[in-house]
Amino acid sequence: MLTLPDVIRPGARVDKSKVTPSRSRLTTALLYVAMILLSAFFLMPVYVMVVTSLKLPSEVTLEQMWQLPRHLSFASYQTALQKLGPHLANTIYLVVPATIISSFVGSLNGYILAKWRFRGADMLFTFLLFGMFVPYQSILIPLINFLQAIGLYNTIPGLILVHVIYGIPITTLMFRNFYAAIPESVIEAARIDGAGIMGIYTRIALPLSLPGFVVVGIWQFTSIWNEFLFAVSITHSTQQPVMVALQNLSGSQIVQWNVQMAAALLAALPTLLVYIFLGRFYVRGLMSGALKG
Amino acid sequence: MTRLSWSRVAPILLILPSVLAIAVFVYGFIGWTVYVSMSNWNTFVPDLSFAGLKNYIFLFQDYRFQSDLRNTLFFSVLFIGLCLFFGLAMAVLVDQRLKGSAFFRNVFLFPMSLSFVVTGVVWQWILNPSTGINLLLKALGVDNPPLWFVSTRIVPAWQVGKITFGLPVAILAVVLAAVWQMSGYAMATYLAGLQGIPEEVKEAARVDGASSWQVFRLITLPLLRPMTVSIVIMLIHVSLKTFDLVYAMTGPGAAYVTDVPGVYMFETTFRGNFFANGAAIAVVMLVLSAIVTVPYLLSRGRRDLFDVDVT
Amino acid sequence: MKVAGKRILVAVLCGVLLAATGCGGSKAPSGTEEPTGQKAKEIEIFSWWTGAGEAAGLEGLIELFKEKHPDISVNNAAVAGGAGTNAKAVLASRMQAGDPPDTFQVHAGHELLDTWVAAGKMEPLNDLYESEGWMDKFPKDLIDMLSKDGQIYSVPVNIHRGNVLFYNYKLFAENNLNPPKTFDEFFQVAEALKAKGITPLALGDKEPWTATHLFENILLGVLGPDGYKDLFTGKKKWDDPGVREALEIFKRMLQYVNDDHAARNWQDAAQLVATGKAAMNVMGDWAKGYFTTDLKLKLNEDWGWVPVPQTENCFMVISDTFGLPKGIKNREATIEWLKLLGSREGQDVFNPLKGSIPARVDADTSKYDDYSKAAMQDFKTKALTPSIAHGSAASPGFVDKMNQVINVFVTKGDVDEAIKGLVEASAELK
Repeated sequence: MLTLPDVIRPGARVDKSKVTPSRSRLTTALLYVAMILLSAFFLMPVYVMVVTSLKLPSEVTLEQMWQLPRHLSFASYQTALQKLGPHLANTIYLVVPATIISSFVGSLNGYILAKWRFRGADMLFTFLLFGMFVPYQSILIPLINFLQAIGLYNTIPGLILVHVIYGIPITTLMFRNFYAAIPESVIEAARIDGAGIMGIYTRIALPLSLPGFVVVGIWQFTSIWNEFLFAVSITHSTQQPVMVALQNLSGSQIVQWNVQMAAALLAALPTLLVYIFLGRFYVRGLMSGALKG
Repeated sequence: MTRLSWSRVAPILLILPSVLAIAVFVYGFIGWTVYVSMSNWNTFVPDLSFAGLKNYIFLFQDYRFQSDLRNTLFFSVLFIGLCLFFGLAMAVLVDQRLKGSAFFRNVFLFPMSLSFVVTGVVWQWILNPSTGINLLLKALGVDNPPLWFVSTRIVPAWQVGKITFGLPVAILAVVLAAVWQMSGYAMATYLAGLQGIPEEVKEAARVDGASSWQVFRLITLPLLRPMTVSIVIMLIHVSLKTFDLVYAMTGPGAAYVTDVPGVYMFETTFRGNFFANGAAIAVVMLVLSAIVTVPYLLSRGRRDLFDVDVT
Repeated sequence: MKVAGKRILVAVLCGVLLAATGCGGSKAPSGTEEPTGQKAKEIEIFSWWTGAGEAAGLEGLIELFKEKHPDISVNNAAVAGGAGTNAKAVLASRMQAGDPPDTFQVHAGHELLDTWVAAGKMEPLNDLYESEGWMDKFPKDLIDMLSKDGQIYSVPVNIHRGNVLFYNYKLFAENNLNPPKTFDEFFQVAEALKAKGITPLALGDKEPWTATHLFENILLGVLGPDGYKDLFTGKKKWDDPGVREALEIFKRMLQYVNDDHAARNWQDAAQLVATGKAAMNVMGDWAKGYFTTDLKLKLNEDWGWVPVPQTENCFMVISDTFGLPKGIKNREATIEWLKLLGSREGQDVFNPLKGSIPARVDADTSKYDDYSKAAMQDFKTKALTPSIAHGSAASPGFVDKMNQVINVFVTKGDVDEAIKGLVEASAELK
């Protein structure tokens, strides 16, 4: 059995610069070539989206999809913004609280399941985790019935509740693995000092959890932001978040692809920014909960 | 009340709200779905009379559903396998800490931030056999570029039940799009794993005369096993529930070569009003998820996912 | 100890509060919790009209409605989705859950009758038809599609024609070809085009309904309007020789379609005709809107149309209608909306924008383009037949199964298997 050294503990810094092995120029060049080729593959769809979004409708054909637009037209962005704008607020009201609440719920569950193991805790964990696999399309009807019964149907809070609950499995899993990396001795020490379950949570676990919150937060933020099925079935018209508005840009028979692409880019912007600016912390956060899977 | 009993009861009380919520929203609703799947509710008007296993028998004899099971099998295996492979390759590349690797890391990560609906449409264009990537391939002198998701070929073509069993070539296009979107997740997780491996361990092996490849195979890979486990669990969950991507990208496909249970369930329930058949599909999907994951969670997964004491 | 207990209590309470978030949360206005008081009159209109022309048409109607009824506010609850699938899922879930919108879009025919009406969720509208004098303003064939046991259940707003063959005008002129009137002529034309290296027929069956759409027109051409309708009443069986003949013709036609048909939707297929890569396309006349509005092409210069071969005396009807669900809060206001929809004024506001023709036979033709004028003339004189692919001719269960049979047939071309499948599916006909 491997023993895991201190370096992987939450918050521990890993400094590898001093031991980076020397590399020949050829290897370096090959590495760059590999990364550039992969990047080209990853960026290809973005090119298509951007180019299409700048075209006039008559220029948008499958045959000309790689060509640059003949006339730059930002009209599609204007249309897209107009249509998406009002729904952006809904999405913010939805995503921010849902992400925060869901992260805290997951953190509390993860903390208990990792550090306050009671009889049947593993079974309970499996019980919670299995919720991840429910095909959501099949439960829409009872879900709507239930939300109506508690008066949250067609409200953003109702949608928040749904996202928090169906987020329990994944957030619990992530946080459980994260807290597992906190050495038992730290908890034990606090316990000897007389701290209770919540005391240890607020004084020890939470302060150490920032990287965990980053990972879970990013995950929940993007999945709730992009979620469509619940959004479209639980909310109507003015309550609908931006992903539904994005879908609503396409008609029952005719789709204006330039507007569609411009809108898709606009709607993806916040999540994109999150990844670009927090990508580093994302990996770092994963790392601090790492090596325990 | 003594301190001891409190410390026993408290964790249970704290986790109770989540457990209750999951009990209702997951298990309660699954119960409802199972109930519907054994009823005669196959018109719009609800008819909850008991039908036994009729709907399941129908499904397993259904051409479309048999195709779906085949497609899901190949899709999941390829999707997860390729995500692991590319994820690891990209993680190793980025971990070399060359100048600009942060940029590349973000490039590999960003597809995760898009919704499958958007991805589906763009990839549908790129892999359109008469345009898209094939225009580039033709320009490069490829005479017979692939048909991508329009292909109806299935290799090897074994006759099983009502369908031809084998790898539907068309599904490769969907796999490609899905790998594009999710391999960043595998990369991030592996990258975290790689950066967590203490350099001294590898250094020691090198001193003992191990080649880079040996270090990677004998030291790095085994240490990454827990990462692999968590990636696989996450990706199984993504692949068995695939819906938006296929729906936006290819639809069910010619002769259902790219159809998946999620799409079938949605269409048959809401387009055809076969509520009981749709519920039966959902139950089969759940059972499949359970078969694949639960044994792992309960036995060997315990070691990787459940053991908590770092000693 | 006691302290620990209290903390846990607080924590549990917090947990419960978290789980029940929002109960006390925002007081955002919503459709379900109607605030009591003056602003009680609001109607929610559910449709899948979110695309360019159709959304404009709906907005136009709403504006007109607000002018006439400033006291009623209108909530336009449109949900997009390829040919309304998402919308149908949302609507089905809401209806099953007992939360109907005040009125909603539904295709005329069995999509209306076998679902909402069969489930007893709709109110009959005979009184409205009488009081508004609509009985002779809509064609009888159309009213029949909205009726069950003598009760009329919805108000039709527009008409699209399904049996239209669009062709590239220049390609036909350059090659001295005439648009085909019979299937034999079709195959002659197709051979000639193929010899020139032009794809004769464009198909985009990424969404399976387009293949069914093509096939139902062949069925109509082979069987004629009466034989076609008999398929759904049980007078004619689905293993009829006519069905076999139609399948054989369909199979032969499929030899002339573009290779990448499974990768295209109807719009991409129509595009092939617009750009001259393909010569013909069978589609509903919403394709006209795509040609003229989106691509700015001209009738009888860039594109032309004829009825699908051998269906010259028929008009395959696709009609959007709105009904009155039971148990809604604003019944009176909703009836006012339905009155507007059925009025000549309302139809002439909506249809020119949507690119369809009015369901009424007394509309003001000067507001419509040349294609629509011709279609309006045909609508009055030809035999009206219900579309399968668009839910009018048969129950959704049958349509779903038939789409499956046709999807497999397009690839495998096994006529016997297809007939077997259609006969099995006909068990869903009610």
